[in-house]
Amino acid sequence: MEGILTVSGAVTTITILLIVVFLFREGFGLFKSPAVERGYLLCVNGDNPVRHLGPKDIKEVFDWEITDWSELGGPNEEIVPYRFEQIFDVYSDEELGEDYELLPEKLGEVIASTPGIIAFIPEQYVPEGMDGVKILRSDKITPADFFGGREWLPTATPAPQFGVLPLIMGTLWVSLFAILIALPLGLGVAIYLSELAGERMRKILKPTIELLAGIPSVVYGFFGLVVLVPLIQKTFSLPVGETAFAGSVILAIMALPTIITVAEDAMRNTPRAMREASLALGATHWQTIYRVVIPYAGSGISAAVVLGIGRAIGETMAVLMVTGNAAVMPHSLFEPVRTIPATIAAELGEAPVGGAHYQALFMLGCILFVITMIISVTAEAISKRQSNKGL
Amino acid sequence: MKRIVLTAAMIVAVATAANAQKIKGSDTVLPLSQKEAENYMKIDPSATITVTGGGSGVGISALIEGTTDIAQASRKMKFDEKQKMQKDGKKVREVIVAHDALAIIVNPANKVTNLTREQLEGIFTGKITNWKEVGGEDMKIVPYSRETSSGTYEFFKESVLRNRNYMNGIMSMPATGAIVQSISQTKGGIGYIGLAYLNESVKPIHVSYDGGQTFTEPSVANAKNGTYPIVRPLYYYYEAGAEGKVKPFIDYILSPAGQDTVREIGFITVD
Repeated sequence: MEGILTVSGAVTTITILLIVVFLFREGFGLFKSPAVERGYLLCVNGDNPVRHLGPKDIKEVFDWEITDWSELGGPNEEIVPYRFEQIFDVYSDEELGEDYELLPEKLGEVIASTPGIIAFIPEQYVPEGMDGVKILRSDKITPADFFGGREWLPTATPAPQFGVLPLIMGTLWVSLFAILIALPLGLGVAIYLSELAGERMRKILKPTIELLAGIPSVVYGFFGLVVLVPLIQKTFSLPVGETAFAGSVILAIMALPTIITVAEDAMRNTPRAMREASLALGATHWQTIYRVVIPYAGSGISAAVVLGIGRAIGETMAVLMVTGNAAVMPHSLFEPVRTIPATIAAELGEAPVGGAHYQALFMLGCILFVITMIISVTAEAISKRQSNKGL
Repeated sequence: MKRIVLTAAMIVAVATAANAQKIKGSDTVLPLSQKEAENYMKIDPSATITVTGGGSGVGISALIEGTTDIAQASRKMKFDEKQKMQKDGKKVREVIVAHDALAIIVNPANKVTNLTREQLEGIFTGKITNWKEVGGEDMKIVPYSRETSSGTYEFFKESVLRNRNYMNGIMSMPATGAIVQSISQTKGGIGYIGLAYLNESVKPIHVSYDGGQTFTEPSVANAKNGTYPIVRPLYYYYEAGAEGKVKPFIDYILSPAGQDTVREIGFITVD
């Protein structure tokens, strides 16, 4: 019997560790991926002095936002972005040979005859060694691009943009306001339940509140989208209702049962002797609550808050539906934001396995893991303080 | 006796296995494939067809790995995906089973009815931000997009944005239904949806691809006669070696009965 229990414990631990290792291994693969889409290279005309471009520059060139080589330290020459599919507009499949063996040559001709060209070509068709063709050195994706970047365009070609800053800020922003809304409400209800409510009232209220925790999050999301979003939009006369605020309100409702249950338990654990001592000294009921019960339950209440935050940060579905998912740095509560869990849920299905996008999503998972780990360690530390306090 | 029964059972098993097909891929094509498969299995009870979604990319990579017989896709197979097939010595066959038109929709209260491709490009790349710049009221434009995993997202980017990137921080919704819902609530909203999802709660925009000379309303008739420009084919891909296995079903879809189902679902027939 003992053996079985030991084995099941060991298996669980190993599984969890393996998941974590897998998460981080996949995630850190991102920094070995090239900044240009894997399997492709960028070529320019041989006379062009520009040697390499950052991911952001490449994106802006192919969006026609940078239009002249002089902006990138090159000659005064207009940039001609060229996607290799364009070759099929000029030549038919037959002219390029059975297995496209003539493709590199034709591409080479185009590149050599266009001074301002920047061509985006699959690796195996790069006209290597041809006169007038120069391959741009390809950078790897750097941690600075990833953690410091402000643009999240994971499917942009030729250079996907993995700027994770707006996502992290969005997640923290929504969670912070969720907890600011949930905390006073939750504490109020907890105090009422543990100190003021009669036995019958509590018997009705407590299961009702705990019922909130049992509602599937997608139902919360649907409710938010159909009821809350239009309401917010009308009340504040905003151009859009899908905002960080809508997400915060929904998350606050979802975090409430956790906060109320844990905080109420902590308060009810205040020993009877302490309450009676306080009342015997002439303190009123209210003074007893905020001078004796709340300080005694302080660490329990902090644990409630931290657990509530944990619930809010990891929540996916409800947030995905009501926050608008726009990857911008949040400036106010009344703008759309995009959170990390929503991003992973929405994008992982289509990201090619092993590609940079896939790895970037795993990296997001790592960030989320670190944030929630910090939170649960904090919660652990706080509740330890509680048990050490004694009487 | 026992041996005969066993052999018979094995033959039956092999025969049914030959008739079992898997279809995987685009969520846009999913309802069509499901309906077609249902009807086909009624005609040919020995066939079992399993249809699953997941996205065009998922279906195509399953085809490359050989875990599906047919990949359904709302976009053309990419060049490097074809390369991967060729590297394994497999040849891929492409069949267009239906067409789908994309409608550009706005809130019914919006006065704008006509937009050119250039204006749409400006709106979705963030260069045009107020409705008064395109002949409407003084109101902020709120463009809605699908998530990056959607074939519709890629097609819209190719066809309307000419491969430029969407504006940074565009609102992106997890499903077409959510876009319709949001735009019906948002006065300044604009978004794109499959024609089949068009309903009374939103207003379709008349689109021009010739610089504003002719504006065409999105409708099945206009998409069919070629005057509505934002139309994409829906594909089935299969490996040439498996032709014998998948051909009867594909022939059924292309038959008049199969194309009736295409019309029923809200897509445009291929003929």
